[in-house]
Amino acid sequence: MSTAASPLVVEGVSKRFGATVALDDVSLEVRPAELFGLVGPDGGGKTTLFRILTTLLVPDSGSATVLGFDVVRDLWAIRARVGYMPGRFSLYPDLSVEENLRFFASVFGTTLEEGYAIIAPVYRQIEPFRDRRADALSGGMKQKLALCCALVHRPDILFLDEPTTGVDAVSRREFWDLLGALKGSGLSIVVSTPYMDEANRCDRVALMQQGRVLAIDEPANIGARFPNPLFSVRARDRYRLLQALRGYPHAASAFPFGDELHYSDARSGLAPAGIADDLRSHLRAQGFADAEVTPIRAGIEDTFIALTGAPPEVAA
Amino acid sequence: MATRSSALSAFMVKELRHILRDRQTLAILLLLPLAQVVLFGFALRSDVNDIRIAFVDPTPDYATAALRARFAGNGRFRVVGTAPTTAMIEPLFRRGAADVAVAFDPGFAERLAEGTPARLLLISDASDPNTGSRMQAYANAVVSSYQAELGATGRAVQIVPQTRMRYNPTLESVNLFVPGLIALVLTLVAALMTAISLSREKERGTLEILLVSPLHPWQIIVGKVLPYLLLAFANVVTALLAAWVVFRVPFRGSLTLLLGASVLYSMVGLALGVLIAARTTSQRAAMLGAMAGTMLPNTLLSGMIFPISSLPGWLQPVTALIPARWFIVISRGIMLKGVGLAYLWQELLVLAVMLAVLLVAAIRSFKPRMA
Amino acid sequence: MTLAIEVHELTRRFGAFTAVDRITFDVREGEVFGFLGANGAGKTTAIKMLIGLLAPTSGRASVAGFDVLTQAEDVRRRIGYMSQRFSLYEDLTVRENITLYGGIYGLTDVQIRDRGTALVERLQLGHASDDRVAALPLGWKQKLAFSVALLHEPAVVFLDEPTGGVDPITRRQFWEMIYAAAARGTTVFVTTHYLDEAEYCDRVCIMVDGRIGAMGTPDALKRESGLATLDELFVRLARPSAAAPAPAPAIGPG
Repeated sequence: MSTAASPLVVEGVSKRFGATVALDDVSLEVRPAELFGLVGPDGGGKTTLFRILTTLLVPDSGSATVLGFDVVRDLWAIRARVGYMPGRFSLYPDLSVEENLRFFASVFGTTLEEGYAIIAPVYRQIEPFRDRRADALSGGMKQKLALCCALVHRPDILFLDEPTTGVDAVSRREFWDLLGALKGSGLSIVVSTPYMDEANRCDRVALMQQGRVLAIDEPANIGARFPNPLFSVRARDRYRLLQALRGYPHAASAFPFGDELHYSDARSGLAPAGIADDLRSHLRAQGFADAEVTPIRAGIEDTFIALTGAPPEVAA
Repeated sequence: MATRSSALSAFMVKELRHILRDRQTLAILLLLPLAQVVLFGFALRSDVNDIRIAFVDPTPDYATAALRARFAGNGRFRVVGTAPTTAMIEPLFRRGAADVAVAFDPGFAERLAEGTPARLLLISDASDPNTGSRMQAYANAVVSSYQAELGATGRAVQIVPQTRMRYNPTLESVNLFVPGLIALVLTLVAALMTAISLSREKERGTLEILLVSPLHPWQIIVGKVLPYLLLAFANVVTALLAAWVVFRVPFRGSLTLLLGASVLYSMVGLALGVLIAARTTSQRAAMLGAMAGTMLPNTLLSGMIFPISSLPGWLQPVTALIPARWFIVISRGIMLKGVGLAYLWQELLVLAVMLAVLLVAAIRSFKPRMA
Repeated sequence: MTLAIEVHELTRRFGAFTAVDRITFDVREGEVFGFLGANGAGKTTAIKMLIGLLAPTSGRASVAGFDVLTQAEDVRRRIGYMSQRFSLYEDLTVRENITLYGGIYGLTDVQIRDRGTALVERLQLGHASDDRVAALPLGWKQKLAFSVALLHEPAVVFLDEPTGGVDPITRRQFWEMIYAAAARGTTVFVTTHYLDEAEYCDRVCIMVDGRIGAMGTPDALKRESGLATLDELFVRLARPSAAAPAPAPAIGPG
C-alpha cells in the first residue's frame, strides 16, 4: 500500500462511554513521513483516539483510515502494519530486554535480526542491558525498550501514546531526538503528550482538550491564533505582581510562565510598545520598581490556554 | 459535643465502603459462603439412600424370594437386577450400576429348614469406603431382621452373611481420595491459573499490544493455554507416582487411557479459565470467579468427597453439569476397577462435548477488540 | 527563623548501591522548596526518608522539629503528603474522602465539618461534593487532593509530581494554591518534572547520582551557571553529554 496518500485520515470521529463524551467530532489528517503530535492534558481523548486508530475500539460515528485501510472493516490489514506503544510501557516485567524484543518481533512474524537496522539508533542505547529484566530498568530505558518493541517489525506508521509521561526531562529530550531521527526514514509517527514544550518538536500538532480538537497547525503558526497582544512581565515579587496584573483594568489574562508572567491585553488596535509602556509605568507606580514589560510572540501553551479559556469543567 | 473521630474507625468506614462498592467481588463473597453452607448441609449426610442392589439367586425359593422382597420393600434399596450367576452381576458393578449384590448359596431354604447355616454373600462396591461400609451395614440389618422373624417361630435359623468389599477390600480412604485429588489439582492448574494469567495480561496492558498485532484471538488463547496443559500433564504424572509409591493406591487399568482422559479434562478446565477471564474485569474477580465456578463445585458436587447418591434428589441432576464429576467416574473406574474404554466411553463423550461447547464460547468471548 | 526541615549527611544504601549519598540541606518555614532530579538520581529515596517510609542508613534528618528515625510518629502527624500516582480514593465521594483523612489525622467531627465545608466552597466543588472522585477531571482531583492534604494544617506538606498530565490552566491554579499555603506558613516541599514550575520555587535543589548537584534560588543558579533557564541547567547537570547540542544521528544500516 503506497503511503503517498495520507497515512492517517480521521473524519468526524465521536465516541462516548456511557454519559462521558471521550471524542467529539474529531477530524485530522497526517502527511507522509510526518511527526504529528496530539497535545493536551489527560482526559483529552488522546488515548481513546489511539485505540480507535489501532482498531481496538470502534467509533460511534465518523470514519478513519490508516494507511488507506478503514479502521472498522480492515482491522487485520492495519494490525499487520502499525507499531503501537500504549501508555505506561506495556512490557513483560519478568522477561529480559532481549526476550521482550524477540517476543514482540515474533508476534509480528519477524525476527530481531530483521528489524535490527531500523531500531538500531534506539536499541544501541539499551543493548548493553539486554539480559536485564524489564522491571529492573529505569523509566528512561523502559521507554526506549517499549519504542524498540513497537518498531522492530518495521511498521509503516507508529502510534505512541504518551511515551514521555513519568520520565525525567533529560530522557524526554533524548526520546524526541530519537523520534526526529526515525522520521527521516520515511516512517509516519503520531505521538501524544501532555507536555506543551514537546509540541515544538513536531512537524504539526493538534491541540486537544476534553475530546475536541482546538487547533491543527505547525507549532510555529499556532501562536498566530493567539487573539490578543501578549507581553512578558518580570518583577521580583511575582505573587504580588500576578495580583496586580489581574487587577489591571485592561487585562485579558495573566498567568505565570516560569520566571516571568505572561500578560495579554484586552484592547485591540494599539501598538504593543505603547501598551508595554503604559503597563510598565502603572506597575512602577504600584511599587514594582524593577518591573519590566516586553512584547512577545505567543507560544503553544499561551495559545492552548487562550483557546480553552477555562479548565475542564466538573460535571454538575 | 465535639467528639474525636478515631483514626481507626475512619479507616474501617473507608474499607467498608470499598467493599460495598465493588459489586462483582461483593456478589461472589456473599453468595459463595451461602452456597457452601447449603451444599455442605445437603452433602454432609451420613446416611446413604437409593442403594442399588442386585441378586444372585441360583435356586430361587421362598426364603430367597422373601429376602428379596424385604430388600425391595425397604426404602433405602432399589432392586436393579436378579441373575442366576455371579458372572452376570459383574458388568453391573463395573459400570457402576449396582452398589450392593446379595449372592445366595444354592439351596438356601433347605438349609434354613435343616437348621444348618444358610450362607449368603454380601458384596459392596467400596470404591468409596464410607458408603461401602454403610451399605454393608444396612444390608446386614435387613438380613438380621429377617432372621429374627424366622427365629421368632422357634426354629433355629442361621443366616451367615459373608461380606466382601469390592475394589477396595481394605477400605483405604486414600483410594477414595486420590482419583478425586487428581481432578482437583488439574482444575487448579488448568482453570484457576489460566484465568489468573489471562486477566493479569489484561491488567498489565500488554494484552493491548497483542491485540493490535496480526495475532488472532484464538492464537493468543492457545499460546497462553498450552504451557498450562503441559504443566497439568506433569502434575498428573507426579500425583500418580506419589499415590502409587507412597500410598500404594492400586492401579488396575490402562495408564494411557487415564492420561488421555486427564488431558481431555484439563482442556475443559482451560476453556473454563479462559471464559472466566474474558468475562471479569480484574485479576481478583477472575480468581474469585474461578474459585467459585470450578473449585467449589468440584469439591462438593463431583462425588470427590461426598457421594452423589447422598445428595438430595433435586441436586443430583445438577451434578451432571460439572466436568469433574465425569472425570472422577473415569479415574476411579480406571484406577480402582480396572475398566477400560468399553465401559467409560459415555463419560469421555460427555467431557468431549463439554470441551467443544466451552471452547467455542471462550473463543467467541475473546473478541479482537476491546469493546 | 525556624527550620522546617533539617537534613545532615543523610545516606541510604541498598546493598552495594548508594541511592542517597550524604546530602545536607535545610528548608525554612514557609518556604516553597523544589526538589528535582533525573529518574534514579535518588530523589524518591530521599523523600521517602523524610516522610518516614524508609529508614536512613546513616546521617539524620528532622521534619517539623522531630527526628525522622526516632520520632516518626510525631513527624507523620505534622506532615501532609500527595503524589501523582495516588492521592484520593477514587470510589469514595469528595465528602467521604474529606471525612476519612480528617479522621485519620485525628480531627474532631466539628473540625472536619467546618474545614471540609470551607474547602469545598473554596474549590467551588459544592455541586460535586457527593460525586465519586473518579468522576472528576484530573486537574480537579489533584487540587482536591492538595486541599485534603492540608486539612489537618500540617507544618510541612510533601508534593510528589502533583501536576503530571494536568491541563495548563489548572497547573497554574495549583501553584497559586501552593503560594497561598506558603503564605499561611506551611512549608511546601515539591518535586516536579516541569522545569518551568521549578522557577516558581523559592529555592531549588537538583539531585544527581545521589548527591546534591546544585542548590539555591532560581536566579542565583542561573546567574552562577550563566544559563538562561533552569531547564538548561538541569540538562547540563543530569546528563553532561546530552547538554551539548548534537546533530541528529543519521538513520540507516551501519
